[in-house]
Amino acid sequence: MKVEQISVFLENRAGRLEEVTKILAEASINIRALSLADTSDFGILRLIVTDIEKAQQVLKDKGFTVGKTNVVAVEVTDKPGGLHNILSILSQNNINVEYMYAFVQQSGNNAVLIFRFDKTDDAIEVLNKNNIKTIPGKELYNL
Amino acid sequence: MLYDVQMETLPRDELEQLQLKRLQYLVEKVYYNVPFYRQKFKELRIKPEQIKTLKDLKYLPFTEKQDLRNNYPFGLFAVPKENVVRVHASSGTTGKSTVVGYTQRDISTWASLMARSFVAAGVTRRDIIHNAYGYGLFTGGLGVHYGAEALGATVVPVSGGGTKRQVMLMKDFGSTVLCCTPSYSLYLYETAIAQGIDIDSLNLKIGIFGAEPWTEEMRLDIEKKFQIKALDIYGLSEILGPGVAIECETTQQGLHIWEDHFLIEIIDPETGEVLPPGETGELVITTLTKEAQPLIRYRTRDITSIIPIPCKCGRTHYRIERLKGRSDDMLIIRGVNVFPSQIEAILLETEGLTPHYQLILKKEQSLDTLEIQVEVNEKIFSDEIKQLQKIEQKLVKTIKEFLGISTKVKLVEPKTIARSQGKAKRIIDLRNQS
Repeated sequence: MKVEQISVFLENRAGRLEEVTKILAEASINIRALSLADTSDFGILRLIVTDIEKAQQVLKDKGFTVGKTNVVAVEVTDKPGGLHNILSILSQNNINVEYMYAFVQQSGNNAVLIFRFDKTDDAIEVLNKNNIKTIPGKELYNL
Repeated sequence: MLYDVQMETLPRDELEQLQLKRLQYLVEKVYYNVPFYRQKFKELRIKPEQIKTLKDLKYLPFTEKQDLRNNYPFGLFAVPKENVVRVHASSGTTGKSTVVGYTQRDISTWASLMARSFVAAGVTRRDIIHNAYGYGLFTGGLGVHYGAEALGATVVPVSGGGTKRQVMLMKDFGSTVLCCTPSYSLYLYETAIAQGIDIDSLNLKIGIFGAEPWTEEMRLDIEKKFQIKALDIYGLSEILGPGVAIECETTQQGLHIWEDHFLIEIIDPETGEVLPPGETGELVITTLTKEAQPLIRYRTRDITSIIPIPCKCGRTHYRIERLKGRSDDMLIIRGVNVFPSQIEAILLETEGLTPHYQLILKKEQSLDTLEIQVEVNEKIFSDEIKQLQKIEQKLVKTIKEFLGISTKVKLVEPKTIARSQGKAKRIIDLRNQS
């Protein structure tokens, strides 16, 4: 089960991130999860939002370069070893993680991990086989 | 001191007679041996025998850098290929570099003109010349090298790079003459200071600097820092290489251009009209003695003026003013000639890149740096850092391969590079700002 994530190119200077959150706020788009990767010159902001199409459109309209990627959201019990268990399975099956980030759900005892794999379909197959629950996009956007 | 007393002090009327004789011979030679010139002469309906005085030069066609590119690689040779003993070339993307050929006699003429230039700068056969110009396709290194040997001086062919080692060699060998770009000399100085080397322990007396424009302030700075006499040298590969013109140590005012070998004019770069002596315009050079690849009225794109008054040093050859700029958009980066169009071509050949770029030139530790800002669009954008860094690294590598310069590529957000009404502001040169 894939989840859509948008990514935004940002120059590494003051006010750029704020500009993105302002645009999203004005468009009434809620951010479910995010991660920011940075280098000395630029950063890539990755977002899971309530309305992907709209978020992409409003950011593009304001001149940002926006991309859309498929990532995988995995639910895991919020206790020691939860992440490790999943990574061992992936590693045993030679699935490489390009990057990942995580957040804890407000209610319940579960954490949500967002994975970007090099081979997304293979990864989903491995996770399913091992009875690890992936969260469908719709559910995640409206958590 | 003079290297070739007779030639360098030839009375103007005799010099001009010699120029005319050589010009007439040259015109005939290119007309019959170089199809490109034959065609050009025909288009202008001019025959070699119509050149009766030096004033008739203005009827001859110009040669442009593009003509050299169009005839890449050996189309402008005026001698059979087997008579060419060496080629040099400027940097450029594939097929676009300008190639220059030399016969054995061209090489020895070049060496003697370079030796003449050395002597004008006060160098003697007892000097040790530290030659930090790059050796290779670029004419700087080998041009200076052969000139130093022709003079009988000791040459240290150190070429570019390895700055710390260069400082050590200069000190250990007791080098008396430094040849490099003016900005590299300052970098050498800073490196020496950082290494804790006492500048007074160096034996340097003379610096011969060229291949990039510099100011009088920079000269005074270099002279003070190294306690040397710093002289400006001029040359361009299309014409010969270093040794086309040089300042004499007597006045350090204007560069003597060796008029027995080069016929010079100053033109209005817009109209092509010849300007009277003393006026500022584009320097145009006709090579009077080149065998392999003579050029008629080559447009150097360098802006200067002729100083038509005798020099105190006794040389009768006219001087040109220190170069004031260019009539095209050529950039000189650490002595390497770069056209923005060359960088643009490389960008456009890179999958997905748009022609929205900006070149930022700065000075860092006296050395030029070039940053290329490229806008990121959806085609090249990725959610992964490494993909974007790959694009940066690939561009840096390609530019280094084709143009021979190290650059920094910086990805920027779209539309950050100003789109002006007319011509985009592609170049931001901050090098003359401290």
